[in-house]
Amino acid sequence: MARALINVPAQAKRGEIITIKTLISHTMETGFRHTSVGATIPRDIITTFTCTYNGEEIFRADLFPAMAANPFITFTTIATGSGTLVFNWTGDNGFTATESSTITVE
Amino acid sequence: MFENPTSRRQFFVAVGSLGAMLAVRSAQAQVAANPAAFGAAIGKVTGGAEVKKGRVKLDIPPLSENGNTVATSVTVESPMTAKDYVKAIHLFAEKNPQPNIISVHLGPRAGKAAIATRIRLADTQTVTAIAEMSDGSFWQDTGDVIITLGACLEDPV
Amino acid sequence: MTRWAQRSVLVALVVSATTASAQIPQSELRSGYADLGRDTKAMQDDDTTNPGMLWALDGEALWKTKAGNAERSCADCHGDAKQTMKGVSARYPAFEGTLGRPINLDQRINLCRAQQQQARPFSYESKELLALSTYIGLQSRGEKLNPPSDPRMQPSLNAGKELFSRRVGQLNLSCAQCHDDNWGKKLAGNTVPQGHPNGYPLYRLEWQSLGSLQRRLRNCMIGMRAEPYEYGSTEYVDLEVYLTSRGRGLPVETPAVRP
Repeated sequence: MARALINVPAQAKRGEIITIKTLISHTMETGFRHTSVGATIPRDIITTFTCTYNGEEIFRADLFPAMAANPFITFTTIATGSGTLVFNWTGDNGFTATESSTITVE
Repeated sequence: MFENPTSRRQFFVAVGSLGAMLAVRSAQAQVAANPAAFGAAIGKVTGGAEVKKGRVKLDIPPLSENGNTVATSVTVESPMTAKDYVKAIHLFAEKNPQPNIISVHLGPRAGKAAIATRIRLADTQTVTAIAEMSDGSFWQDTGDVIITLGACLEDPV
Repeated sequence: MTRWAQRSVLVALVVSATTASAQIPQSELRSGYADLGRDTKAMQDDDTTNPGMLWALDGEALWKTKAGNAERSCADCHGDAKQTMKGVSARYPAFEGTLGRPINLDQRINLCRAQQQQARPFSYESKELLALSTYIGLQSRGEKLNPPSDPRMQPSLNAGKELFSRRVGQLNLSCAQCHDDNWGKKLAGNTVPQGHPNGYPLYRLEWQSLGSLQRRLRNCMIGMRAEPYEYGSTEYVDLEVYLTSRGRGLPVETPAVRP
């Protein structure tokens, strides 16, 4: 049940700087925790997050275990034109998730 | 444990005096301050270049209710034009078992250098934000965070 | 808990040992929200940043998913949850005639699953049950906690009140000693809340996940070094009946965020 909450303004003026908020469900297991019998719980985190705007990468983040569970990342971009923003998360154990959002820019 | 450190100097003196105690505990705990790893992680990003104080503003609460989720934001003064922009922002935690937190890659399309996220801090410590500029310079800001533990420690569900 | 904190708590409790725990007057009721730090409040207030909303999204999808031998979704009977579920969680636990006792929302959901959908009930604290109870709880957000004034629930209410005041565990503590007598004071750096159920299910920073009221009650008992009751025990429902009555009038905040 990987779910993501994306907040992109539905509309913007050309040239306006918009704020994009992203939140994805993921336990971000650090790899530093132990079970009650002392076994290490293996690391399982999202390692990369990217955002493309009409195909061009506008944001990229490398995540480490110190990112809180259910990673929340907010960033900005200039509204250059109408189109689609595509958000991609990849991580350990073949984890991938993709969400997209459209924006109308006048 | 740390009585409201009023300066980083006092903070590090306190940390130093507990260094021996921490070192013994850390062998078992596997969660320890590791200045060598911290320095190495920063060095990997800067390539040994000088990191100047300024232009970066790290917004992090001085007291956090829970180390599992600490709201953090970073803004960097920059025109974000093709000739002069913030290439990357890196966050580090000196007392986490692994010092890197997140590395964010930006460009002129960002419009401004402003990010926000939530991080995990293993213990009361200093968080460092380093901005890498398009002209190759590095700038930083730091923030001290006191982590309070939950009052009733619980076993896993 | 550190030894120092334990000693502080015990000193405070010895002082209050002889005075009977007094229920908090209506005018002094205070949601745990009031004690949150600025950033935690911001996390709860914004639906785009509240991690609990991830479970609500899952619940919204489950609401429309056909299930069981009856191949029915919640929506097939209940339509649009925004209309039909408004105010519902605010008046739970409620008396269930066929069982002859009060049930909480989780149990109501599972009864529907078994009887109406002919599907296997969800386990307590499962992702699905949390998702649905969060989604349904969300439809009561802003409404006041409104426990039914049903005389059939009185035995359960009395039992819950007794449980709340009963000393348990190695620390020999009762809920009332912290949450009636010492709310607002600090325990190891955190403010002791009054302990209301108005935000559940909620995203707890300590869990790094969303969880139910039962989970929180179990954790409190473990923290007091007492043996927690089994999931689904009538003790939890009785406690929830009492807590909802005790917190009557507080706004539902599901899904809340707490440290």
